[in-house]
Amino acid sequence: MNSPLLPIIIPFAFAILLMFAPKQLMFQRIGAMIGAILTVGASVWLLQKVATDGIQVVTFGSWPVPYGITMVSDMVSILFVLTSSIITLFAIWYSYRTIGVGREQFFYYPGILLMLVGVNGAFTTGDIFNLFVFFEVLLMASYLLSVLGGEKIQFRESIKYILVNVVSSAFFVITVAMLYSVVGTLNMADIAQKVSEVNQPGILTAIAIMLLVVFGLKAAIFPLFFWLPSSYSGPPLPVLALFGALLTKVGVYAIMRTFTLFFVGDIAFTHTLLLYLSVATIVVGCIGALAVWDVKKIIIYNIVIAVGVILYGIATYNDTGLLGSMFYVVHDMLIKAALFFLVGIIIYITGQTNLKKMGGLMKHYPSLGWLYLIAAFSLAGIPPLSGFIGKMLLVKGGFEAEQTASSIWILLSSLIVLLSVIRIFVYAFWGKEKETTPINRSVYWQLWIPTALLVALTIVYGVGADAVMPYMAKAAETLANPQIYIDAVKGGQ
Amino acid sequence: MKLNNVIMRTMTQMVFFIIFLFSIHIFLAGHFAPGGGFVGGLLMSCAIVLLLITFDLKTVQNLLPINYMVLTASGLALALLTACISAFAGEAFFTHYFDYFTLPLLGKTELHTAMLFDTGVYLVVVGVTMIIIQSIGGDE
Repeated sequence: MNSPLLPIIIPFAFAILLMFAPKQLMFQRIGAMIGAILTVGASVWLLQKVATDGIQVVTFGSWPVPYGITMVSDMVSILFVLTSSIITLFAIWYSYRTIGVGREQFFYYPGILLMLVGVNGAFTTGDIFNLFVFFEVLLMASYLLSVLGGEKIQFRESIKYILVNVVSSAFFVITVAMLYSVVGTLNMADIAQKVSEVNQPGILTAIAIMLLVVFGLKAAIFPLFFWLPSSYSGPPLPVLALFGALLTKVGVYAIMRTFTLFFVGDIAFTHTLLLYLSVATIVVGCIGALAVWDVKKIIIYNIVIAVGVILYGIATYNDTGLLGSMFYVVHDMLIKAALFFLVGIIIYITGQTNLKKMGGLMKHYPSLGWLYLIAAFSLAGIPPLSGFIGKMLLVKGGFEAEQTASSIWILLSSLIVLLSVIRIFVYAFWGKEKETTPINRSVYWQLWIPTALLVALTIVYGVGADAVMPYMAKAAETLANPQIYIDAVKGGQ
Repeated sequence: MKLNNVIMRTMTQMVFFIIFLFSIHIFLAGHFAPGGGFVGGLLMSCAIVLLLITFDLKTVQNLLPINYMVLTASGLALALLTACISAFAGEAFFTHYFDYFTLPLLGKTELHTAMLFDTGVYLVVVGVTMIIIQSIGGDE
């Protein structure tokens, strides 16, 4: 009965445990790793349970449904939860050799686990105010992670990051207050039912746009992405990988949920707006990714592009588009984390982030080079790899919705994505060898192994798409039919 | 310049216990009257802050040798475990239980597991407030 809560409670319990002895290095490392492994295990188990037994619902305190806080694990949320748990596991592994003992002894691992609590909670919750609370949980933890270490750039960037997020959180509360005053309930299934009963009048469309602004600030869609490139260049790499893979996707998930569950009464307006915004998001992401020469920032701008691509599938709002979105978002979370890990290794070897000053890494690090090439092709969507099916379905959904021009633009944007990431390959791995700082080979291999495993996972995800398809189809079905979700939550009465 | 603030010290020694008892009162009253773990915890930390203002950081740490980080973590653990009781019993997470007991001195009393959760909140609030104030106030 309480199964949806396992991926939230386990990291929370381990975070509490780790807080008792922050200075014990081995205790911190092993504890965090065990916590992450158990979370992944619980998520896999829950995925199977959702696949065989249907949507899992628990309402806190045994209260009847609209009155208590409901946690709902449907296929959409459990896929997000599983992916984030896997990425957190790899980020913890990657942190051992990169993050530094000073940070590790100052609540770094509890911070990561608490962020996972917030992320998993936000994906699982079935209550709009509880969603806000979990947003705050993950944001508080991300503030800690972004400022931990106390370098000058971290202080500067986390000030911006916190300011933007405090403003958007305040706006979230205002929007929830408005929504509550209109529909009189906070339970998501109940809201969905009430919204469809009153046939979504103008005030609810206005609230939909306000929610889009709130979640758009978290997810970095076009006019609201301005904080992301600089804020993400502050924190150290494993943290950046976590932020890049998880945090914006929480905003994407929230948009996905609200715009397929609540606000489906005035699609002509809300989803067309979403379509324009997603296309514009891809445009600015592409411009950014081509314009910068900082390896970290190239990948950071690719986050913005991916957010646009995923939202495009929600905007087209047909079965194919939604299926494509689900496929693409899981792929994108995995591959973004892998790319940040790879870039982290490149920065570790060369000792700098400027692409123009790198070169000739292929001679001494061929395995890294080929790994990077696979990840880059996967990001761009070359057929056997994982990015292909998602994007193909998205474009197909776009054509089915008769959005020809924007679908072609999605295809073209893949070329620009490929160009932006292959630039790193061309400049850093080919060409004349440049001077590099002497590095510790064993550290290099200890960073290489988790990265290679994560890349291997994306390959498996791409090649084994047939095996993944039933899960994705079920998720897309839940998104396309809000009634399934409502019935599952309210079924008990 | 060294001031001899004997009046303040004497007053603090009395007032501290009054605030402390009031915080416990507010904390226990929470279920049927305004109050609860959060205000109770804040009042308790106010009492400790009063000690900090009157005496210095070292003296207060000698008086109350508490590791506030451990206090916070125990509070969180207590809250989580309380919420898990029902999960172990096979009911929905966060289900609370209550019953009436006849206690010596107090007579018929209602005991509620929500009180354990509130104790967790109380400890976390005291711990977090004191961590903030001590780490800003201390100059290491």
